[in-house]
Amino acid sequence: MNSIDYIRPTTVDEALSLLTKYKDKARLLAGGTDLIVQMRGGRYQLDAVIDAKHIEELNQLTFNNQDGLVIGAAVPCHKIYGDEKIAQAYPGIMDSATLIGGIQIQGRATLGGNLMNAAPSADAIPTLIAHNAVANIVSSKGTRAVPVEEICSGPGRTNLATGELLVSISVPAPSKGFGGRYIRFIPRNEMDIAVAGAGVSVQLNNGKVEAARVALSSVAPIPLFVKAAGDSLVGKAPSDENIQIAADIAKDAATPITDMRGTIEFRKHLCEVLTRRALHAAVERAREEN
Amino acid sequence: MPATKVHVTTTINGEPVEFLAEPRQSLLEVLRDVVHLTGSKEGCNDGNCGACTVNMDGRIVDSCLVLGVEAEGADIETVEGIASAEGLHPLQQAFLEHAALQCGICTPGFLVSSKALLEKEPNPSEERVRMWLAGNLCRCTGYDKIVKAVLAVAKEMAN
Repeated sequence: MNSIDYIRPTTVDEALSLLTKYKDKARLLAGGTDLIVQMRGGRYQLDAVIDAKHIEELNQLTFNNQDGLVIGAAVPCHKIYGDEKIAQAYPGIMDSATLIGGIQIQGRATLGGNLMNAAPSADAIPTLIAHNAVANIVSSKGTRAVPVEEICSGPGRTNLATGELLVSISVPAPSKGFGGRYIRFIPRNEMDIAVAGAGVSVQLNNGKVEAARVALSSVAPIPLFVKAAGDSLVGKAPSDENIQIAADIAKDAATPITDMRGTIEFRKHLCEVLTRRALHAAVERAREEN
Repeated sequence: MPATKVHVTTTINGEPVEFLAEPRQSLLEVLRDVVHLTGSKEGCNDGNCGACTVNMDGRIVDSCLVLGVEAEGADIETVEGIASAEGLHPLQQAFLEHAALQCGICTPGFLVSSKALLEKEPNPSEERVRMWLAGNLCRCTGYDKIVKAVLAVAKEMAN
């Protein structure tokens, strides 16, 4: 790594003026579990690292049944799953927060960082998409709220412009009959990169699916929102047959590559299996919520 | 850009420690090369193996994935802080008795991780111990002896 500046702003405005000053020669540091490895590997030629962990807005973690959940971009996974009310309200998000890395990684890694790192294999992004999460982004020009499915533009790339900063992620309050689930396939039981993953949610009403969302990891250049898969369930009963149709749509939408972790054929097969299992599990959770 | 070192004030194993670090240096590099606490080991240097695990403000972290400058104001415990003047920590004793180490490179990380687990959850299940220690890799023991050592200490502490 080259010599760099380390700066610890305490306000969003201060962070924004640093981003204006350094432009794309600076990166925000939250948990560092991706950034520090990438810096060491020479992915960036940085002049500055801006520590995001001392800015109040990026450390907020709030939940109530009206406004839902707000996760500051610098809040580590352990704080999210360590909050009993949040863990109870969003078991689907806990699926992701508890399986990113091991305990050491969860002590530092953030969902905001997972989103900004924009890995196709990100374990939190499909889940956030399934939960209708919105990224709250700020720049010197103002703020914008962007659905999470519109954030990633390619492997490791986002649609954020230079000078923009992720402040937090907002997740709507779960209403009665909502269930979410994220599952992934990995060769060991923990600490691995998804060969494929499925984050899903269902909203049940009187035994029928009112809304459903499906997103996949590791099977496209970006975490893939498969709108048609969830939409296929709307107005129908969450039966084995209907869930199978949704799972097949997800399989067809996936465009994986063959690499050391799995082949195209295997990954497409996994999309069907994981989507089907995740939808069944989400339906079960949705019924428990009733 | 000039290589400006940053002055950092921190607490390591209960003692106030000040050091100068370049911003690019990891906490692991600082601990080993600047503070000369070489108990924490460098295995993979990318957050997979856990050999560099330290306790930072009550949470275990991979010190290779923390910048030294981030330790400003932090309370850090390394493997050097585990034994007391009276002797080995029960976990260290149990690792010896259960032959839970061979080459020993992973051992400091396993000790720091296991200690944090037992402080938080004094009576973990075997599955919990295995999951908690998933971020620590060992290529010698096959893990079973390590898990048994941790469970033995948990049992001993319960009595």
